[in-house]
Amino acid sequence: MKKTNRIKTIETRDLTKSVKNGGCGECQTSCCGVANQQCEK
Amino acid sequence: MIHQYKLNGYNIVIDVASGSVHSVDEVAYDAIGMFETHTREEITSALLKKYSESPDINEKEISDLLDDIQYLKDEKKLFTKDIYEGKSLNLKLRGNVVKALCLHVSHTCNLNCEYCFAAQGKYHGQSALMSFETGKRALDFLIENSGSRKNLEVDFFGGEPLMNFEVVKELVKYARSVEEKAGKHFRFTLTTNGMLIDDDVIDFCNRECHNVVLSLDGRREIHDAKRPTPSGKGSYDIILPKFKKLVEARGGKGYYMRGTFTHANTDFTNDIFHMADLGFTELSMEPVVCKPTEPYALTGDDLPILLGQYEILAKEMIKRKREGRGFTFYHYMIDLKAGPCIYKRISGCGSGTEYMAVTPAGELYPCHQFVGDKKYLMGNVWDGVTNTEIRDSFASCNVYSREECKNCWARLYCSGGCAANSYHATGSINGVYEYGCELFKKRMECAIMMKVAEEDDE
Repeated sequence: MKKTNRIKTIETRDLTKSVKNGGCGECQTSCCGVANQQCEK
Repeated sequence: MIHQYKLNGYNIVIDVASGSVHSVDEVAYDAIGMFETHTREEITSALLKKYSESPDINEKEISDLLDDIQYLKDEKKLFTKDIYEGKSLNLKLRGNVVKALCLHVSHTCNLNCEYCFAAQGKYHGQSALMSFETGKRALDFLIENSGSRKNLEVDFFGGEPLMNFEVVKELVKYARSVEEKAGKHFRFTLTTNGMLIDDDVIDFCNRECHNVVLSLDGRREIHDAKRPTPSGKGSYDIILPKFKKLVEARGGKGYYMRGTFTHANTDFTNDIFHMADLGFTELSMEPVVCKPTEPYALTGDDLPILLGQYEILAKEMIKRKREGRGFTFYHYMIDLKAGPCIYKRISGCGSGTEYMAVTPAGELYPCHQFVGDKKYLMGNVWDGVTNTEIRDSFASCNVYSREECKNCWARLYCSGGCAANSYHATGSINGVYEYGCELFKKRMECAIMMKVAEEDDE
């Protein structure tokens, strides 16, 4: 638990965990960056 | 690796490898910046000195703050190590699955756009229309090579695809007749200049197209200067009512107004606001892709102006959303909670591997921007990919194949950027188009800032 309120952490997808639960390939081909794509698993 | 920046009154820290985002106050911003390079004592001393007039900053408070930073580091939300470069991850990226095609059903066009990368739709070749037989074979090729992928994507592209509308309709009808048996689901998109939109097209798009991309450059004078008809007249007044009718019939969703900005309109936010004021809410505005010698090419002097424009856009979007008249901008549509996994972020758009372009003659190219460049001819829809060297070069072209990208904070947002842009700027798909990088990084900073602001509003 944090002791101060000086750092607010925004909820995000943990990319390190997606090493195991990612890679299905069903998401849309962005066409580019991929940041604005969504996971479709 | 972390990235820290200040924008629109927010202090933001991005943990690159985990994707974590933190909104922090000034003291925490400074402490995080020093955390990996200074001792606790050094940080405490520096902060006490800097914030000597702040009554709430004392040794205990700083100690607690440093504990918070250490806690986030232990939780792998700050200073997280990049574990993605290893061989095992890259192996999973390889494979010969194709899941998306850009079908060039028409290599001809009814507009004469000055900046057209496709040379007025002909791709430096002859005018041509794709036959139903070639298109059908392309769809079969896609099904046959899609492995276990269920979602298959086909974009009808050109030139102007509506100049071959009958074939487009036949191809969709064919795809729908075989998709269930093949265990697939086709998602069709259409990119059009709008000149040939009529009730039949609107009905077709709303029934069959997951997304339609409508080319409009914003203000009338900007649009007409770059997108005239072959006789030299402007096209704005012809297409605008058609676009409005189509979008209204779609219920205002599943479309993008797609503009191009050039050296002539570095104040491109005014074109975006113009489209928003016309009632369009799904907007995209892209920098022109062309040789640097073209008179409309973006210049080095334009860059700081463009970066400022992206900030203006972000702030205005926040303001309009709060006023209940928001709109979306493609590059700011970032989903922090359900965004793409690490595999997608490393491999990018999939050009040359899972995504290819098909010419009217059935030739395969890595993507629409390579069409016509014979060095990048990969094969055809009858024989498949015969030049596997090209496919392999695109498969290995990712974030970790470029030294510059390895040390960039935005690498897992841009995935190494657009191979075609790199090729046209540097002569190599493994090159780095630095101008594009600067624009991309600014867009990401703005998009993430908007997410932080959104959290503040909730």
